Amino acid sequence: MLRLLPALTLLVMLGPVIAGLWGTVLPAFGHLPAAGLSGPTLDPFRMLFDWQGLGAASRLSLITGLIATLLSLIIVAFITAGWSGTRSFRVLERLLSPLLSVPHAAAAFGLAFLIMPSGWIARLISPTLTRWDRPPDVLILQDPLGLAMIAGLVIKEVPFLLLMTIAAMGQAQPRRSLRVAQALGYGRLSGWLKTVFPRVYSQIRLPIYVVLAYSMSVVDVAVILGPSTPPTLSVQIVKWMSDPDLSMRLTGAAAALWQLALVVFALGLWWLGERLVGRWGRHWIASGRRGQFDAPICIVSLGLGALSAGAVLFGIFGLIVWSFAGFWSFPNVWPDTFTLRSWDRHGPNALATLGETFLVAGIVVGLALALVLGCLEAEHRSGRSLSRRGLWLMYLPLLVPQTAFLPGLQTLLLNVGADIGRLPVIFAHLVFVLPYVFLSLGDPWRSWDVRLATVANALGASPNRIFWQVRLPMLTRPILTSVAVGIAVSVGQYLATLLIGGGRVSTLTTEAMALASGGDRRAIGVYGLMQTFAALVPFTLALLIPTLLWRNRRGLHE
Amino acid sequence: MNKGLILRDLCILRDELPLIEVDYDIKPGEVLTVMGPSGVGKSTLLAFITGTLPSVFRGMGTVILNGEDITMRPPHKRRIGILFQDDLLFPHMSVGANLAFGIPAGGSMSSRGGTIDAALVDVGLGGYSDRDPATLSGGQKARVALVRMLLSDPNALLLDEAFSRLDAELRAQVRDLVFRVAKERELPVLMVTHDAEDAKAAGGKIIELESLSKG
Repeated sequence: MLRLLPALTLLVMLGPVIAGLWGTVLPAFGHLPAAGLSGPTLDPFRMLFDWQGLGAASRLSLITGLIATLLSLIIVAFITAGWSGTRSFRVLERLLSPLLSVPHAAAAFGLAFLIMPSGWIARLISPTLTRWDRPPDVLILQDPLGLAMIAGLVIKEVPFLLLMTIAAMGQAQPRRSLRVAQALGYGRLSGWLKTVFPRVYSQIRLPIYVVLAYSMSVVDVAVILGPSTPPTLSVQIVKWMSDPDLSMRLTGAAAALWQLALVVFALGLWWLGERLVGRWGRHWIASGRRGQFDAPICIVSLGLGALSAGAVLFGIFGLIVWSFAGFWSFPNVWPDTFTLRSWDRHGPNALATLGETFLVAGIVVGLALALVLGCLEAEHRSGRSLSRRGLWLMYLPLLVPQTAFLPGLQTLLLNVGADIGRLPVIFAHLVFVLPYVFLSLGDPWRSWDVRLATVANALGASPNRIFWQVRLPMLTRPILTSVAVGIAVSVGQYLATLLIGGGRVSTLTTEAMALASGGDRRAIGVYGLMQTFAALVPFTLALLIPTLLWRNRRGLHE
Repeated sequence: MNKGLILRDLCILRDELPLIEVDYDIKPGEVLTVMGPSGVGKSTLLAFITGTLPSVFRGMGTVILNGEDITMRPPHKRRIGILFQDDLLFPHMSVGANLAFGIPAGGSMSSRGGTIDAALVDVGLGGYSDRDPATLSGGQKARVALVRMLLSDPNALLLDEAFSRLDAELRAQVRDLVFRVAKERELPVLMVTHDAEDAKAAGGKIIELESLSKG
């Protein structure tokens, strides 16, 4: 049984992706029995290439994705280079780790409330600096270049990449390398970049590819912060897929394949960039230059990191204030009156939706945890650890753009007449939750001292008894953390819930997104906050429970 | 019956190259010391005997304990106790729970508790049953680990650099305790060490391992 689990896990994780891609390919070539259409034909692609906005939408996806990824990586690399091991770094790390769980949509709403023409920043500097006594008529949100969208992506990807980098550094022994480099006269920054970064980068490569693929195909952030005429390609795909005219799905499917091609192209471009930077880096290392701009770069990078953390934090604070705001005239910094009316109006429904959100997340994470623990235990008992290829397979569902396979999955479900509802949504969420649970639990699980198992064996304990009585309780903390990660991922799922749920499953994320176009900021405040709350509470519990449970066991709190 | 631990034609290979070869009968109460530089595969030998050999190695030969061939038995059915250089007490259990974990199932709770308390008194740790292992000193932890192993009623004892983390004075104390108990209970002991003092104190046969696959 245990031996079958790795295969089952792969099936659960990759099955929907492969089925979804198949379900995209068929209608893309004109085959859609549900609408009475059968192919093969190239018409859907002709329709796609006839669409006026295709060039702009593709360019937008490509450029926002690449810039957001590059910017996040640069900020993270420079912060780590300049500050790792210092106190400021630990403060920033503490600040950023909870931000990791804030759903993308909530962070994007928060950022919108800060930077929009009637947002907090404009209010703070008005009218003294700007002489604005009404919100200026400038396109800050949804700007045609996608700058706001890039910012929205960066503030969420910086915490992700930073934590990935910190995890990767554990194996690279950065302190010793840095000390040697400094003894040879290198500054902190250039010393770290030359000696530690190459090793760390090879460890965080896959997460970076994930960030790139995600940023290019994200829907919720793009709806909130991205331009609308035309929108990014992925937003347009969702529009086509939810068009009442079923034949529009053919164009949507063709566009989904086009999106996949774009992501593959961007990954190839990034790979090429890695080669070029690598060559230049070797030259730079060989040149022996000690680095002259270390200090200013360090300060700027820390500033950018703090800005990114601050944007999320103040954004969430903005959600809080809006949810309690009564009348709020421009350019007042605070609402003229505070009221509970928004909570009275939206609270009950939001609470019910919270229940549905947690129900889905709970089942998904329960399944994911059982599969992951089974895989890890099978790995332990067989003595074979995850190969490099296995790791790529873990990352695969995160590398294939969601907009490429979720629409196809929806179409497939439609064709076979499967009941659209909670169950398919659970399996769709599982595709995204499984890799994260596996990746967050894998390292602590494997770094457990296996001599404890040898000793327990020698004491006559069976493998099952060791698993339940020794290993699981000792790993309570990482297990709960991975549960919290899984819940946060499930809570944040927008597209999977929207498309696969067919509008019949509503979570806090889909409800909040439904409000996006309406612009009711008080309602958005309520739902955005509930969403953040749903993702943050499990993290708090994951910290609190082991502390209470093992309060008399010092050996578990290193 | 043929008491003792018999290592018959043991050979451990890595990448089809022989790493260690041992052929020896350890009689009850006898200590066999295996010495050699680090990296020669001393711990690998012990892993083969406990049945936890990593899959990169391949072991050949027969392990016979008290007349029974245990080479193919699952690790938890071999009844061979092992002590490592670290105490490896389970950090989430109290001292008493650690000991109870090792006692074979059966008997009333109060008789099990009595066994634990008596065993703790024997090593000068009376009343420590409810303590968090993390709050004990190094010597105390080593004694608890020894007691835990003995309470599981093993038929042989393996020592993997078991004393190397203790400072000189404590080391002699714990070492003497272990050897004395092994002699009292007539346990065959296989000790792996790189310390000449340990070997001398054991007073038994010493096998010097050298790398067979130096190339």
